[in-house]
Amino acid sequence: MGKCMQGFLDEQFMELEELQDDVNPNFVEEVATLYFKDSARLINSIDQALERGSFDFNRLDNYMHQFKGSSSSIGASKVKTECTMFREYCRVGNAEGCLRTFQQVKKEHATLRKKLEHYFQASQ
Amino acid sequence: MAGEVPNLEASKLTALVVDDNFVNQSVHHKLLDRLGIKNDVVSNGQEAVDVHCSGRNYDLILMDMDMPIMNGIQATRRLREMGIESKIAGVTTRAEEEEVKEFMEAGLNDFQEKPLTISKLVSILHNLELYVQT
Repeated sequence: MGKCMQGFLDEQFMELEELQDDVNPNFVEEVATLYFKDSARLINSIDQALERGSFDFNRLDNYMHQFKGSSSSIGASKVKTECTMFREYCRVGNAEGCLRTFQQVKKEHATLRKKLEHYFQASQ
Repeated sequence: MAGEVPNLEASKLTALVVDDNFVNQSVHHKLLDRLGIKNDVVSNGQEAVDVHCSGRNYDLILMDMDMPIMNGIQATRRLREMGIESKIAGVTTRAEEEEVKEFMEAGLNDFQEKPLTISKLVSILHNLELYVQT
């Protein structure tokens, strides 16, 4: 894992890289593609829920639980941290905190996406 | 990954991955593949029950907790009621004591916190006596 990825990805990403072999030479990129497809769906669902102004904290927490789970499985440490913060705000019913943290989730997610795109292009 | 990765192909172990998340499905499938364990993947507890009703059987089931239609706790209970004696390991991000307790009491043999890694999987196999580390 390159220096540019440090801080954004943790040892779980290195686990995935270790799983890459001749049978699945693009395994990590495939998993990353699945992650971004899944997380885009979840971001959309949370966006829509927040735009409606409906703060169903249980529902928001469920979406973010899924998002955090995926992020954890790919090693997306910064995204995971922001997901945890969001869930804390859900737990205490703080709508403003949720809105603010969600912007951070999206920002870290977008940054990671760009970095991984460059990373996979460079490794080809 | 610390240490050597064991090859369990000769043991002919089989496993079922039960998880609704595509990322986890892919990772868990690959982890088992890497250990030489043939495995199938289903997306929720109901599908896990259905695949057993169709006559399939597995040495190990990796069961997620939170899934739509039928969650891991319900599926584990149902499989045990059906007389399924496979080793079932709960694999989840939920690690609050009470949640783990409820999951274990449903009929799990072991529990690991996600994300799953090779060493956690080897630990599950060792705990369930499906693999003896030398």
